[in-house]
Amino acid sequence: MSATTLEAPATTPAFQQVSMARKVKNGLATTLVWLSFLIAVVPLVWVLYTVVANGIRRIPYSNWWSQDLGNYLSDEVGGGVLHAIIGSLLQGLVCAIIAVPIGMLVAIYLVEYGRGKLAKATTFMVDILSGVPSIVAALFIYALWITTFGLPRSGFAVSLALVLLMIPVVVRSSEEMLRIVPDDLREASYALGVPKWKTIMKIVLPTAMSGIIGGIMMALARVMGETAPLLVLVGYSAYTNWDIFSGEQAALPLLMNNERVTNSMDPGSVGFDRIWGAALTLVLIIAIINLLATVFARLVAPKKK
Amino acid sequence: MRPGDRIFQNLTTGAGVFVVALIGLIGLFLLIQAIPALQANKGSFLTNHGWSTNDPANMSFGILDLLEVTVATSLVALIIAMPVSLGIALFLTQYAPKRLARPFGYVVDLLAAVPSIIFGLWGILVFAPAIEPFSQWINDTFSWFPLLAPGNVAPSVRGTIFTAGIVLAVMILPIITSLSREVFERTPTPHMEGALALGATRWEVIRTTVLPFGKAGYVGASMLGLGRALGETIALAVILLIPQGKNFDWSLFDGGATFASKIAANYSEFNNQISAGAYIAAGLVLFVLTFLVNFAARSVIGKKGD
Repeated sequence: MSATTLEAPATTPAFQQVSMARKVKNGLATTLVWLSFLIAVVPLVWVLYTVVANGIRRIPYSNWWSQDLGNYLSDEVGGGVLHAIIGSLLQGLVCAIIAVPIGMLVAIYLVEYGRGKLAKATTFMVDILSGVPSIVAALFIYALWITTFGLPRSGFAVSLALVLLMIPVVVRSSEEMLRIVPDDLREASYALGVPKWKTIMKIVLPTAMSGIIGGIMMALARVMGETAPLLVLVGYSAYTNWDIFSGEQAALPLLMNNERVTNSMDPGSVGFDRIWGAALTLVLIIAIINLLATVFARLVAPKKK
Repeated sequence: MRPGDRIFQNLTTGAGVFVVALIGLIGLFLLIQAIPALQANKGSFLTNHGWSTNDPANMSFGILDLLEVTVATSLVALIIAMPVSLGIALFLTQYAPKRLARPFGYVVDLLAAVPSIIFGLWGILVFAPAIEPFSQWINDTFSWFPLLAPGNVAPSVRGTIFTAGIVLAVMILPIITSLSREVFERTPTPHMEGALALGATRWEVIRTTVLPFGKAGYVGASMLGLGRALGETIALAVILLIPQGKNFDWSLFDGGATFASKIAANYSEFNNQISAGAYIAAGLVLFVLTFLVNFAARSVIGKKGD
C-alpha cells in the first residue's frame, strides 16, 4: 500500500483542453450559422414591410373592396379590385374542384393499393410534376386547350393550368396524412367484415381529414399567387366578369402585372398604390385561407378522450 | 373481390396512371406545337442568339441567349443560396433552442408563401434601388474582371442578372433549407454522442457526423432549388431588363431574358400559331432542362433512403 494514492488524476483529461484554434473555429461556425438565419429573416421582414406600408394606403376604403376599375382611367384615382378578387377566387375554386379529387385518389392509391412498378412510377412522376415550372404548365394548357381544341382563352384555362401545379402538393400532403393513420383502425374494420373501399371512405379518410384539408388549403393559397398561367391563358379585364368560361377575367397577380406595364411606378402614383394595395390584398387572402385551414382542421379532427 | 372494391381500386389506380401519363402528355403536346415553328425557323434553334418571331413568314430564332441567361441567373442564385441554406438548416437542427426551432422553421417557410410577383416587384422597386450604390461600386471597382464588367443595361445598374440572382436566391432558400433540414434531423444520435464523448466541440460534431451523413440530401436539395430557379417566371420577367440590340456577354451586370421570363414577357405574340410555336419550343427546352435537373436531384435523394 503506497501512501501516495492520488485523489484525482494527475493531469486533467485531454478532452477538457480545447485548443485555441478549435475554440475559434467553433465560435466562427456558431456566428456564421446564426448569421445565415438572420440573412433569411431580413428579406422576409423587408418584403412584408414593403407590402404593408405601401399597400395600406388604399385598402381601408370601402370602394377598394366593392368596386372594379372598369369606369376609371388607368391613371385616375379611385375604384377597387373587386373584379380581381372575384377572378382569383373563382379560378382558385374551380382549380380546387378538379385537383382535389384527383390528388386525393392518387394519394389513396399510393397508400392503400400501390405496389410495384406503377406505384414507384407514380411517386416519381408526382415529384417531377412538382418541379414543372408554372410557365410550362401554362404552355401545355395553351397547346392542349387553345391550339388543339380551339377553345378561347378564359379563366377556366387558367384553372386547368393551376390544376397541374396543385395536384402534386395535394398528393404529397394527403399521402403523408393517410400514412400516419394507424393500421389497427383498418384491421379492426376488416375484422368486422367491412369492405376495403368502405373502410377507406368511412374510417381512414375521416381520421386523416383534418390534416388533408390543411394541406389542400395551403396548396390553394399557393396557386392563387401564380402569375405565369394568367399571362398566357387569359386576358386582363378591368370589369367584373363572373363567367369563368368566356371573356377576359382579372385576378390579383394579373392586375398587378397589368398596372406595372401600363402605369407609372413612381411612389405615390396611382399605379404604385394599386400594385401594393393588390399585393397586400393577395397576402391577406392567402393569410385568411391558411388561417381557415388551421381552424377547420381543428374542427374536423377526430375527438380525443 | 366485391364490385365496390373493384370500382374503387380501378378509380384510384386510374388517377395514378393519369399522373404518370400527364408528364408524357406535357412533353408530347409541347413537341407537336413546336414542330411547325421549328420548321419555319430560318436560323439555327440551338445556336442563334437573336429572337425575331414577329413575322410568321420570316422567323429566325435561337435559344442560345435564353439558355445562357437562364443558367447565369440560376447559378448566381444557387451560389448565394447554397451556403446560406446550409447555415439555416444547421441553425434549425443544431443551434436553435429546441422550443424555438419550430417557429423559426415556420418563419423560413413563410418565404415560400410569398407570391413570386411580389418578390419581383419588391426586387425592382425596393431592393434594386437600395443596393444600387453597392452594385455600382462593385461594377466600378472590379470592372477588370470579365464577370463584373460593365454590362449592357448600365448605367443605373438595376435590372441586371446581379439583382435578379440575389432575389432568386431568396426565393429558393426555403426549398433547399426544408429538405436539408429533414436530412440533418435524421443524423443518428449515437454518432453525435460518440463525437461529443471524444471531446469534440459543437462544430466538430457537425463536421464529423451531421455533414457527412446529410451530404447527399443537401446536394439533392440544392439541385431541387436549381430546378426551381431555372423555371422561375414572373419575378425575373419583372426584374430583368431586356437590352436592345446587344447580346448577353457573361457579365453579371448584363440584362436579358431567361426561357421563362421571355415567354411571360411576350405573351402578346401568342395570337398566331406559328409565332406561339417558337415560344412553345423554348418552353419545351425549359421543360426538358427542369425534368433532367429534378430527375438527378430525386435520384441523389432517393439513393440515400435505401
